Amino acid sequence: MGESLTPSSNAERNEGTIFWVVGFVLLFVLPVLNVLPTENSWLHVSDFALNRFGKFLAFAILALGLDLIWGYAGILSLGQGVFFGLGAYCMGMHLMLTIGNESVYGSALPDFMVWNQVTELPFFWKPFYSFSAAVLAGLLVPACFALVFGFLAFRSRIRGVYFAIITQALALMAWLVFNRNETNLGGTNGLTDFKTILGFRLSDPGTQLALYVVTVLCLGGAYLLCRWIIGSRAGRVLIAIRDSEQRVLFSGYSPANYKLFVFVVSAALAGLAGMLYVPQVGIITPAQMGVLPSLETVIWVAVGGRATLVGAIVGAVGVNLGRSILTNHFPELWPFFLGGLFVVVVLLFPDGVMGITRTLSEKLTMWSARLRKAPAAEEEQA
Amino acid sequence: MRRVVWIALVWWSVAWVVTDVPAAEALTGASPPSPLEQALQALYSDEEATREQAVRVLIEQGDATLLPRLDELRAHADRSLRMAIKPVADAWRHRDDLASPDADIRRSAATDLGTSGRAVAIPWLEAAAGFESHHWVRYAMDESAQLLKLASDDPAIKAQAATKLGELRSQNAVPALKALVQAAEESGGTEQQKPLARAATAAIDRIETWNVWSTAIETVFRGISLSSILLIMSVGLAIVFGLMGVINMAHGELMMIGAYATFVMQECFKLYVPSSWFDSYYLAALPASFLAAAVFGLILEATVIRFLYGRPLETMLATWGVSLILIQAARIYFGDLTAVTAPAWLNGGAQVMVGVFLPFNRLFIIGLSILCVMGIYALLFRSSLGLRVRAVTQNRNMSACLGIPTRKVDAYTFAFGSGLAGIAGWALTLVGNVEPGLGQNYIVDSFMVVVTGGVGKLAGTIIASLGIGGLNKLMEPSLGAVYGKVLILVLVILFLQRRPSGLFAVKGRQAEG
Amino acid sequence: MTEHGSIIYLEGVTVDYDGFKALNSLNFIVNHRELRVVIGPNGAGKTTLLDVISGKTKPAAGRVIFGKDTHLIGMREYEITQLGIGRKFQAPSIYGNLTVWENLDLSLSRPSKGVLFTLRGRSTTAERNQIDEALETIGLKNQAHLRAGSLSHGQKQWLEIGMVILQDPELLLVDEPVAGMTDEETEQTGRLLQSLAEKHAIVVIEHDMEFVRQIARIVTVLHEGTVICEGPVEKVQADPRVVEIYLGRHKVTHA
Repeated sequence: MGESLTPSSNAERNEGTIFWVVGFVLLFVLPVLNVLPTENSWLHVSDFALNRFGKFLAFAILALGLDLIWGYAGILSLGQGVFFGLGAYCMGMHLMLTIGNESVYGSALPDFMVWNQVTELPFFWKPFYSFSAAVLAGLLVPACFALVFGFLAFRSRIRGVYFAIITQALALMAWLVFNRNETNLGGTNGLTDFKTILGFRLSDPGTQLALYVVTVLCLGGAYLLCRWIIGSRAGRVLIAIRDSEQRVLFSGYSPANYKLFVFVVSAALAGLAGMLYVPQVGIITPAQMGVLPSLETVIWVAVGGRATLVGAIVGAVGVNLGRSILTNHFPELWPFFLGGLFVVVVLLFPDGVMGITRTLSEKLTMWSARLRKAPAAEEEQA
Repeated sequence: MRRVVWIALVWWSVAWVVTDVPAAEALTGASPPSPLEQALQALYSDEEATREQAVRVLIEQGDATLLPRLDELRAHADRSLRMAIKPVADAWRHRDDLASPDADIRRSAATDLGTSGRAVAIPWLEAAAGFESHHWVRYAMDESAQLLKLASDDPAIKAQAATKLGELRSQNAVPALKALVQAAEESGGTEQQKPLARAATAAIDRIETWNVWSTAIETVFRGISLSSILLIMSVGLAIVFGLMGVINMAHGELMMIGAYATFVMQECFKLYVPSSWFDSYYLAALPASFLAAAVFGLILEATVIRFLYGRPLETMLATWGVSLILIQAARIYFGDLTAVTAPAWLNGGAQVMVGVFLPFNRLFIIGLSILCVMGIYALLFRSSLGLRVRAVTQNRNMSACLGIPTRKVDAYTFAFGSGLAGIAGWALTLVGNVEPGLGQNYIVDSFMVVVTGGVGKLAGTIIASLGIGGLNKLMEPSLGAVYGKVLILVLVILFLQRRPSGLFAVKGRQAEG
Repeated sequence: MTEHGSIIYLEGVTVDYDGFKALNSLNFIVNHRELRVVIGPNGAGKTTLLDVISGKTKPAAGRVIFGKDTHLIGMREYEITQLGIGRKFQAPSIYGNLTVWENLDLSLSRPSKGVLFTLRGRSTTAERNQIDEALETIGLKNQAHLRAGSLSHGQKQWLEIGMVILQDPELLLVDEPVAGMTDEETEQTGRLLQSLAEKHAIVVIEHDMEFVRQIARIVTVLHEGTVICEGPVEKVQADPRVVEIYLGRHKVTHA
């Protein structure tokens, strides 16, 4: 980009091409394959598959946010699930309120409130009647929360392992609090049984297709936003913070402000992912914002390759695809697989899939170069 | 017809008692029928008043030697008769139990008599209290006697009992005392009731003040107990963090390994060791749990952590992966819930004052944590390994230059820290189930302890454990466990504002890096 | 009582590390465009002195005044940097994952170093020229687009000096700039510092006495957190106290 005179600008142009190709496939090819071919055709992409893929793409947005803060700025946040959950709950609350009298108890109140003998809608639920307010809240609530939390953490220079532990504790607390019934957020069962979004039935494949398309567009937007940040001088300040926070301080930048900025952006992205997740999956429970989901996000990014935006997306989609296949066939083995993945990736492939492909392509060019020179070299040796 | 049969049966049983129980001979005699016999007869009366009178006579004059007679009656009685007999049998039994060699039985008999509302038991209790040597049994006897007096008809005795109960700080008397006060208020307070109500109010005040204190003491005790669990858990974590800069996310699972080692040891004892020796399984499990966790720690260090030196965040992730694997493995192999039976010598507890009861298992854990800390101090400051550990913690490169095998020190220390986690798991079996998620329950708290305690100073870990454990229990009654934990997180974050590297941060050159 | 014309003025500064006084009511004044060398045995408090000036360490007592009347105590490091105090660390402190050019670009003095400005900011031609000039000065023109992490130790030291120069500080704090450099590099560094001293005030901490003699006009000797002696090199070297506490103990061959 612009003034970046790094030798990787070539690779960046490649990345641009890939971006448009992948975007085209996701945005046009898959939906067309969903709509046009008959159901028995091998080309047909089922509603279920598309919906599931939409969910993975929502996770990819979450992963992008984490990559921004962990991959580039080197700050490991184990609390991304909290921001994801906050966004998801904002959307979930709106969808709850649009159920209206279709609910099991036929009350205008959400079912779980009737069940818990709450007679009046709590005040903080009221703004969520409006869709746009819910969307705004889905971005702003996680962002503001990250702002306050991050301000306190970064101001006092909590970093590294300390920050990871504090954010993990945050995830645990959020899980505990959202599990409580008196917070009026549905308790352990969370929010579910949604019927419509903006007047469209969620059970309708057309609605799900539209949600999928929206998710793809959001992912594209999130990717471009991240690339803009990374490509700017601020992005280099982030990498600089990872390399030497002290030098950044003595170059006249306030590392705390940069960290806070990127933490807030990553929280907003997580909130966006949560908002897209809820209508596609149809449920949000506290379990989605606990310690384990937050850590799983980390492994997606690690598997894909940290500090590469594409890697975050590839990792999120790939690991989740593997998960849905494995949990279908060997539900007991998934934790072994996930745990093993943590160990193996960290130990053997610190740069993830992107690192492997990079090494492979470098080796390939080396081999091809050597093959051409090989005869000459052999003669020389002889 | 039925009645004739009944009477015949009763006479038969009396005859049996007469022949078999010489002691009863004097009481029952031959003729005329003693008051007891008459009362036994009267139990069959259709008239309520007669029956009640009979019950009273039986309770007052009979004793436990007549119990077989009653049992005999019971066996053939209809429901109303059984109901009539029960208080008689209970009273006799409790009276008998007051002289039992077992202090617990004496105590519960006294308590039961106190709630029975039968004034006849007052002299029994007072007599028994005269002989009683056990402080808390005597207390129960006194309390029960006064409780019974409180139900007396004589206002003077009532008032006296109320004052006395106040002196005893009897928690059990509060409802009765309150009822007295209320009765006085409702009736507008007759001249008789007024001094009584005053005495009752004074007693209630006294009891409740005491209650505040005893609750406070119990809360503090629970806090210390939780703190000591946290301490045993965190101290291994903290030493390793100080030495290698590594947070081992599988530390909780090392604890789980210790707990399962205890469980396995228990099962082995069940199978292969005579049952009279069963209780000693728990002692045998101590080295087993330490070794199991330590060996696992050694393996973990050699296969994973060693390769991630200098990359603490990656180490966190890899060890988290290990913990996932361990949890699932335990779930598949052991199932979801298993429990360890605590050895008999850890059951029960010590009553230290009115309303304050300290269970032995908690006391044991507190003692264990003190022992552990002393052991670690000895190891760190009195052994050559400890000297090396401290040297490497302070300056790794310099130590390496001086010929200290830093890698070996790492490995041994990690194994030792893991072994401590195993001991924590061993201790935890006393207060909870053995389950795959065991480690997860406390692990975040113990991370917080490490973060607040800071690196390199054992004292920091101890104080942080006390602080976090204590706060947890302190806030639980008013805020509930969940919001208490949330508040602790907020407090920890605020604390780190002032001291970003924990309680005992190293200042100066070492602080860099 | 700020002495007119001083760029940095320390009065009664005490730094206490758990009972160990790294600086003990230290007084220290550097004037505009002065090249000052600070020497002293290990643990004399030389680095702590720089830490206090640059805001890294908060003293327990004393005043630190920059320029006419700017009190530095209580300010954050990046604020102090933006005021115009640059610092070069003992061990080279650069951004290994960025290119040399990017390293310099980040260090360049700019109207704002806030997030929003940096996010949108593009380098002007003038700024690019400034960076190129700096590249020339530190002799890394050919390495401009290499990852800084791949530079040699000496090159890293130079890069860091370049970065500090681009901050255009009024006061430059330099901690052992020639440690690990070859003789030739050392001499070059000395010349560079002297030429810089024409525009900036510089405080250099150094052990290498030959280097000190090459660059120093006035030398300050620190011992146990206080100034023992101050003056031209010859005078300082002749001072019996200095010989005893510093030169004597180190048995420097040039002494």
